[in-house]
Amino acid sequence: MSTFLGMPATSPPGVGNLRGDEPFPKAARKALANSQLRRNLGHATGTIRRKSGAVISELPDWQELRAAGSALKAATMARLPELLEQLEEKVTAAGGVVHWAADAAEANRIVTGLVRATGQERVIKVKSMATQEIGLNEALEEAGIAAVETDLAELIVQLGHDKPSHILVPAIHRNRAEIREIFLREMPGVDPALTDDPATLAAAARRYLRETFLSTKVAVSGANFAVAETGTLAVLESEGNGRMCLTLPETLITVMGIEKLVPTWQDLEVFLQLLPRASTGERMNPYTSMWTGVTPGDGPQEFHLVLLDNGRTAVLADEVGRQALHCIRCSACLNVCPVYERTGGHAYGSVYPGPIGAVLSPQLTGVEDNASLPYASSLCGACFDACPVKIDIPSILVHLRNEVPHPRAEKAAMAAAAYTMDHPALYTRAQHAAKLSKHAKKLPPPLNGWTASRDLPEPPPETFRDWWAKR
Amino acid sequence: MSSKDLILSRVRAALGQQASAEPVPRDYRSAGSLEPDVEMLVDRLVDYKAVVHREQDVAAVAARLQPGRLVVPPGIDRSWLPPGVTLAEDEFTADAVLTAATVAVAETGTIVLDGSPDQGHRRLSLLPDLHICVVRTDQVVASVPDALTRLDATRPLTWISGPSATSDIELNRVEGVHGPRNLHVVLLD
Amino acid sequence: MRIALFVTCLADTLFPAAAKATVQLLERLGHEVVFPPEQTCCGQMHVNTGYQKAALPLVRRHVRTFEDHDVIVAPSGSCVGSIRHQHAMVARGAGDHGLERAAQAVGERTYELSELLVDVLKIEDVGAYYPHRVTYHPTCHSLRMIRVGDKPLRLLRNVRGIDLVDLPAAEQCCGFGGTFALKNADTSTAMLADKMQHIKDTGAEVCTAGDASCLMHIGGGLNRLDAGVRTVHLAEILAATEES
Repeated sequence: MSTFLGMPATSPPGVGNLRGDEPFPKAARKALANSQLRRNLGHATGTIRRKSGAVISELPDWQELRAAGSALKAATMARLPELLEQLEEKVTAAGGVVHWAADAAEANRIVTGLVRATGQERVIKVKSMATQEIGLNEALEEAGIAAVETDLAELIVQLGHDKPSHILVPAIHRNRAEIREIFLREMPGVDPALTDDPATLAAAARRYLRETFLSTKVAVSGANFAVAETGTLAVLESEGNGRMCLTLPETLITVMGIEKLVPTWQDLEVFLQLLPRASTGERMNPYTSMWTGVTPGDGPQEFHLVLLDNGRTAVLADEVGRQALHCIRCSACLNVCPVYERTGGHAYGSVYPGPIGAVLSPQLTGVEDNASLPYASSLCGACFDACPVKIDIPSILVHLRNEVPHPRAEKAAMAAAAYTMDHPALYTRAQHAAKLSKHAKKLPPPLNGWTASRDLPEPPPETFRDWWAKR
Repeated sequence: MSSKDLILSRVRAALGQQASAEPVPRDYRSAGSLEPDVEMLVDRLVDYKAVVHREQDVAAVAARLQPGRLVVPPGIDRSWLPPGVTLAEDEFTADAVLTAATVAVAETGTIVLDGSPDQGHRRLSLLPDLHICVVRTDQVVASVPDALTRLDATRPLTWISGPSATSDIELNRVEGVHGPRNLHVVLLD
Repeated sequence: MRIALFVTCLADTLFPAAAKATVQLLERLGHEVVFPPEQTCCGQMHVNTGYQKAALPLVRRHVRTFEDHDVIVAPSGSCVGSIRHQHAMVARGAGDHGLERAAQAVGERTYELSELLVDVLKIEDVGAYYPHRVTYHPTCHSLRMIRVGDKPLRLLRNVRGIDLVDLPAAEQCCGFGGTFALKNADTSTAMLADKMQHIKDTGAEVCTAGDASCLMHIGGGLNRLDAGVRTVHLAEILAATEES
């Protein structure tokens, strides 16, 4: 980890939710044993894949939009310093206050201080990956400030004392029956006759949160996009909880990663088409709010924007890995990933699960702290095809595998294999040796992972090159 | 060193001496390349559970919907109000809201409000459970790029595509969470 | 046409039938097959496991072995993917720009079997006969890395006697992923279980694919279950005739 002042730095340990408690294979093993989880995930990801595929096929220029989105993000990164300063200038001119947070701890300090200054002890929150990443709710709680999640899935997670497992639908691992049970157990004033009909569950959340929306004076949000040219911020959502948080309170605090910029207003035309279709599988999400600083007489009259680094500059410093910063948090890669579909999001440890998490989390923290994640993929490539901004996740995974510390035995075996493969005589001898181990039904570790569930092929009587030589 | 200077110097160091980025290919259907299709707008609105009324008498539609206590923005066309309707003091006590719109996007079934006097501040169209929104067909554009060219970024904007909904339970779309659970669109020629 | 065979280390050692079938098929179609004996392994396992530097000698060996051949075929979409998309990267990583250019050129002349047949040799009916119920698994690297599309299916549809059935959720990974199958054995097994279920659901007696590696994985699982379905490489089906 680089600690030189002014050099790109990873996210510090001890704060936030980017590091898991155990390596992926171990966590995955537990998740795989949960048959309810497997069923819920299979059902949900299958549904979203079908919906997304249908609305994407309506657009004749989907591939052109992807190409534009990818190039726009690259162009934005190349001009990031200039665009960030432009954004600050525009937000400030429109009555907002811009703060810069080098890491999670600083961002939490800034937000806590801003809430304290209002004298309030409760904030309402719009679903935001950035604030989960930095552990803002925990930091606020330590300061005696309650943070109420208002997104339905986040509410399910919060009431269930659970952790989010998906970028878009944090409670994807819960089915309707489980959600009903959580509401009955944890939601004050809930109707005891509550059914597991999704519309009824949604109505229960509406009743429960309405009073909180109306009486809370501070809101915290993330942002999907920030337009450097105009200082405009955008939040895309479905339920209206975002609109509530962004318009009812007196003070709005938005925490946003420095990579969320787009250069111009018109550039939004690309991402507003890509994101909903790739994400929820809708032509457009029900609500998108856009605001520029403060509007007299409409919405919060105090607006703070916190620009967050927390390891992003370390990602940016990696020429192969930096495209992970192009991510618009649609979660299409999760929904198509055969690994995610079976393990769910918790196994990844970080708040960013799935294929994008497997490349983003290790880069944000430094690969040592998430060393198992680059291997949490069969490199099947479905994520790359699904990504609306064409992030080549498989290539980044392969790249990061070169950076992680390798087990000593594996290193020795790989070196020996490479040496053998580079010497045809040795290679031929090894081939014949393989034939002798014919009746091995169980291999020693680490190869026993294979024979636990699969037979080895019966070694053939002769290799191809033996056969060829005899022709 | 301030955190701003720290972050900016980190970004510069991370970027190094890289060559400027490739030009952005804009081969998608840009603004002005498509004719607005009102029928498509109707189709998409209905698909996302909005109710569309294609008649010219807004007051009659509003009356039929039995709005209860209705709230309206200050610049509303008064001829749209049903005779004898009960007007609410504010959105906190209203059952329904009646607004105009700025732009509608045919391809996505989206209506955009920009806080103009006939649309009101943002929470006006948020708290009541029924939103009656009047859209003129000359406000309909074909696509998202077209909408952006018509909108003023500095205004507070709300893009609405159907009633409030969620996909948070098993990824099925369910209408009706915190925003208006009923969206009625009156399309004026 | 004179075609150089890159047999792949896996087919050479464990699945020679697929390699022999490739030779027999191409010779039956009137082409000359040569086998440069200095070849060993494309190095994909090293690259994909995080040992890119260790793969450099293997890339160099591969490029030297095949750089004088105009058309190269391999009975593996995955190895072709590595040759086409990773070899130049490995050379570039090592700062060897001469090797990078040469690797690029070899990659452009290297074809997976169905690509060679359909794109280069312009043939979709190879005159095969295979009277069995068969389902085709489009392996991930064939599908998404080198994008063979429906070429293998076009070839299979022209096989006499075949009863070709669609595989549900065909495009989902079987869970092999090279060392993924060892490092994440539990997840790999879960993916394999679903793949095997889909295969069994087709009622096929044979599951075929263009990659011996994925077939080794699927076949190993089916064998463990005594599922009554066997795995056969695409080349073997295309090489089969009424006489054989």
